[in-house]
Amino acid sequence: MADDSRIFKVEIITPDRVFHTGEATMIEFNTAAGEIGVYKKHIPLTTVLAPGMVTIHRDGEENLVAAVHSGFAEILPDKVTLLAEIAEWPEEIDKNRAEAARQRAEERLANKTEATDLKRAEYALRRALTRIDVAK
Amino acid sequence: MASMRDIKRRKGSIQSTQQITKAMKLVSTVKLQKARNRAEQTNPYFNYMYRTVASMLAKSGGINHPYLNRRDSGKKAVVVITSNRGLAGGYNSNVVKLVTGSDDLNAGNTEVYAIGSKGKEALERRGYQIKADGSQIIESPSYEDAAALCRRVLEAYTAGEIGEIYLAYTHFKNTVSHEPTLIKLLPVELDGEEIEKAAGSNVLMNYEPGEEEALDTIIPKYVTSLFYGALVEAVASENGARMQAMDSATSNAEEMISDLTLKYNRARQGSITQELTEIIAGASAIS
Repeated sequence: MADDSRIFKVEIITPDRVFHTGEATMIEFNTAAGEIGVYKKHIPLTTVLAPGMVTIHRDGEENLVAAVHSGFAEILPDKVTLLAEIAEWPEEIDKNRAEAARQRAEERLANKTEATDLKRAEYALRRALTRIDVAK
Repeated sequence: MASMRDIKRRKGSIQSTQQITKAMKLVSTVKLQKARNRAEQTNPYFNYMYRTVASMLAKSGGINHPYLNRRDSGKKAVVVITSNRGLAGGYNSNVVKLVTGSDDLNAGNTEVYAIGSKGKEALERRGYQIKADGSQIIESPSYEDAAALCRRVLEAYTAGEIGEIYLAYTHFKNTVSHEPTLIKLLPVELDGEEIEKAAGSNVLMNYEPGEEEALDTIIPKYVTSLFYGALVEAVASENGARMQAMDSATSNAEEMISDLTLKYNRARQGSITQELTEIIAGASAIS
């Protein structure tokens, strides 16, 4: 591979399978500190993932989109590895289920009582929204 | 010599036992196939996790973090993964022996988080305190189960109820070799060689958020992935062990049957000879 190439390796690994391996020119995803986009020769960085959409930009091919929930990413100059607890392609997502989960979570947040676990409800809402976003 | 009828009956009962063991062997072979595939697919995740944690710890040598420091509490927790069903040779008792034989874990200072009712019963009999029983998990382990278990154990750890966490399970090396294993999960102690290797191979890594916060989220994930990997491997080992046990049971039955067949034929011949002698004796008495 020529040194001026913009292509680097991407791996997404979940506990149950190697979700995706391939090459990319840029990858975008959500971290606990906000959204980031990574090109080749990024400084080495380990960061915590937030639920969100992962977009893999590929050279001359269509972009790949997937939903990941919770995990962390290891970024090296020529390789990005996402260790995600859950990862899904758009076609694997059950839209109706995600929609129902969104409604449930919103309801729980709207009529919150002391017993409501706010963090959990918010997290569930974010997960549902991510799924809906990606499935579109 | 036993009578012909007795031998025949005995042979019949061994034959039907053999049929059962043969069927069980076939069933566990199929299950093993499935479980082994699963175990192989979880491997990359676990390996990556281990490498990342090792390289983090290599760099963060002096970090003062509850997950890394020795605790005062003398209590220890051990997660024991066995099976719910027997007839798997030494599978369950090997894991139990490992726990009871360990110098660090005695009945007085150890709380058991049992997964698999066989191990739970055996440890209960030996006076260990069973803190929790998650025996249904082993039927079909999922990552969520492992995460829930991890949360429970870590809660007790951060609350100071327990000072050390161990994991006892059967490591699945290959189809014929399974190794009962006892490892210490927390406080994290990776052996120096591994850490050095990880440190040498990696470039200078940055962490975001800071190293300590990153440890906060990554260590529970690391423990969960260990639990999950152990569960999946234990299922594979269980079926492997059962397959072997049933295989040898079937061939033992085969041996006994051929033994009994020989005895039966001898007895039959003996009785014919006896009858003949009696008839001849009777005939010569009359003439």
